[in-house]
Amino acid sequence: MNRDVVVVGAGLAGLTAGVRLAQAGLRTTVVAKGPGATHLSPPTIDVLGYAPDLVERPTAALDSFVAERPNHPYARLPAATVSASADWLRALLPSLAYVGTIEENLLLPTAVGVPKPSAVVPEAMAAGDLRSGGRFAFAGLRALKDFYPRLLAENLSQAKLPTGVTVDARAVQLNDPGAEADVSSVGYARMFEDREFRSVVAAELLPKLEPGESVGFPSVLGLHEHRTTWLDLQDRLGRTVFEVPTLPPSVAGIRLFHALRDAFVHAGGRLLLGSTAAGAQTHDGVVTHVVIQSAAARPTPVEARWFVLATGGFAEGGLFLDSYGEVHESVFGLAVSGVPAAGEPRFVPRYFDHQPLARAGISVDERLRPLDLEGSVAFRNLFAAGAALGGAEPWKELSGNGLALASGFAVASAIVEGTS
Amino acid sequence: MDTMEWVRGSLDHCVKCTICETFCPVSNVTPLFPGPKYVGPQLERFRTDDGSPDASLDYCSGCGICTTVCPQGVKIAEINSQARAKMKAQRGIPLRDRIIARPNSMGRVGTPLAPMANFFLKNGAFRWLLERTLRVHRKAPMPLFASRTFQSWARRHPPLTRATKAVVYFHGCSANHFEPRVGQMAVAVLEHNGFRVIVPRQDCCGLPLQSNGLFDDARRYVRKLARRLEPYARRGYDIVATSTSCGLMLKREAREILELEDDGDLRTVSAHMFDICEFLLDLHERGALRTDFRPLDMRVPYHAPCQQRGHGIGKPAIELLGLIPRLEVVDSDVECCGVAGTYGLKTEKYDIAMQVGAPLFRQVTEVATEVAACDSETCRWQITRATGIPSVHPIELLYRAYGLS
Repeated sequence: MNRDVVVVGAGLAGLTAGVRLAQAGLRTTVVAKGPGATHLSPPTIDVLGYAPDLVERPTAALDSFVAERPNHPYARLPAATVSASADWLRALLPSLAYVGTIEENLLLPTAVGVPKPSAVVPEAMAAGDLRSGGRFAFAGLRALKDFYPRLLAENLSQAKLPTGVTVDARAVQLNDPGAEADVSSVGYARMFEDREFRSVVAAELLPKLEPGESVGFPSVLGLHEHRTTWLDLQDRLGRTVFEVPTLPPSVAGIRLFHALRDAFVHAGGRLLLGSTAAGAQTHDGVVTHVVIQSAAARPTPVEARWFVLATGGFAEGGLFLDSYGEVHESVFGLAVSGVPAAGEPRFVPRYFDHQPLARAGISVDERLRPLDLEGSVAFRNLFAAGAALGGAEPWKELSGNGLALASGFAVASAIVEGTS
Repeated sequence: MDTMEWVRGSLDHCVKCTICETFCPVSNVTPLFPGPKYVGPQLERFRTDDGSPDASLDYCSGCGICTTVCPQGVKIAEINSQARAKMKAQRGIPLRDRIIARPNSMGRVGTPLAPMANFFLKNGAFRWLLERTLRVHRKAPMPLFASRTFQSWARRHPPLTRATKAVVYFHGCSANHFEPRVGQMAVAVLEHNGFRVIVPRQDCCGLPLQSNGLFDDARRYVRKLARRLEPYARRGYDIVATSTSCGLMLKREAREILELEDDGDLRTVSAHMFDICEFLLDLHERGALRTDFRPLDMRVPYHAPCQQRGHGIGKPAIELLGLIPRLEVVDSDVECCGVAGTYGLKTEKYDIAMQVGAPLFRQVTEVATEVAACDSETCRWQITRATGIPSVHPIELLYRAYGLS
């Protein structure tokens, strides 16, 4: 098999690179064990939320953020690139109706009632923006675990908002005809696609609402027919309805995965899900093949001109820590930087403290090509994107999707520029 | 490490991310099955030699999507398949499951008596009786017997002369007893591309036995088949299959589910096994596939069956069919047709299977101008039974476009 590009990983970074490369006319294969973090996390493009104080304007904050952190992936991704990647996503996926820019952060409620800074978000979530305060009712569904509107509302009512406004939040627990057993968020998403179910929910909810209240639902308002489901519910309730991200699985994230996957396949890309990139063949500073292990007991070397590593970090299996305490990159055997020296602590006892090993990852040059331990480009035709990149702490900075999108976008640009 | 240990041991990689549950076609339509994560990596920790604490596992259809999508590489479907076999061995295996798991034996009886056997299969009263006695749902799709096996056709089929390359064809029970045309078309398409097609004598791969928990019998069959095919594989011949689920059985499932990782024959066969669309697309990539296709004026919904996706090869059928002028292929974005081999035949599971397949049936009905395309025989029968629209193996469209009919 002979391709122009092989991308390893099908998360936001891998699929973003894949879609752009396929759209540029390159024969592109994306290979992945399974979907990535899109299925687990909200589809909001969080560019920079904390640095370490709350960030209101990501574009303005990025300069000094990067100046203090020269090894951060954003140091290789100019704000113009981050912004262009968000514009690209917005234009690519009109069905998800992304709104917002990286100029300013919205503050959206999480499932536990914390105002969370996000830059570019689906329209159905944007209406939950808390920055101007307001009156909100959060609807709980009977059989949905992990979404407790009362917890959400109570925490939110006490939350300190930077703008000084207050939020009046309360819970409305529905006795919806969900099911006798517990229902997952995907199960509810399917139910909400049924008009009859929406009408029952709306009928129960309407009398419980007070004038001027917007209504927040867990983000289960349809999977395949989200937009019509959401707008119809809004019509029935006669007021603003918005979605609050749930704990995993994330229906809203699955919508993003579906949309990117469809765009990739539509552009002629080849998606190999359920296969593993078991290794690579290299020659003279160039990657020649990625070796793919499918169901058959034969490794299949796939030749390509360019390769993209988008396998994620420790959680996704892109990096792993062996029993000797050594950190490895799974596919190309790349050098991992940011690993504490022998004898230094790798972890500290308090979970939310700065974990020394947390920023370990792949170092890259300005074109996002992985570097070896001496700081030279490891392979001239290999690029890296997403959570495999070292130097970031996405869960603290709230930068995960912003980095994934911008780096996937930039990698594709670097490859496409190389072809012309 | 033996197979059992690493298949079962993979459950330690489960991070409870629930991605498998978002894909599971069964748990998404019925509370009777609580989902692959719950029944698999979670419940497995509570299973002892004394038995399983929970019987909901029986409602898993065994489609395998959970394993295909697990980003951590947990062998969810394989763990569940092994646990189900143990559970069924402890609780007893219904006679029905012992019968419907033997398409080859059914074929051996049915093919010589095809007119009579088919009369009964099409007879409402007989199907009602079958439901009452064996609990095979009266509306479930059952294939009709061919009056002549594919093997018998192949033995009289003159081999291609002056061929410089050869390939082995693994037809499986379905092409042999129910759809010999699929086998004949596969041979014609391969010959059109210059291959001499070798059809060794072959029997069932044991997949239906495996899915019904009859592991000992399944092992016997798959080992025997592997012994038959291994000499060709060892000499470097590729083996192509039109039955995508049986191909997957030989590639991976038997090794992992039946714990046959150490079977050298099976490993050699697996290394040379190709789904026919995978094989033809590979040819095309090397510039060796003939593309003298005539236009086919139609719009075809294509459904990649769960077992096809288990190969991890993408959807080669779509790219191949894309080579045919004026043929519009619409990829179904639906996970499963519901039938999962023999699952949808069972009276207590028939409704679930139909619910699982409902979105696919809607799509097929909306899109198809003439036929639907799908790589797995039981899925084709299910789609046709539910929609009334004929379903064909992708090979049939290539065959027609080559003008071989």
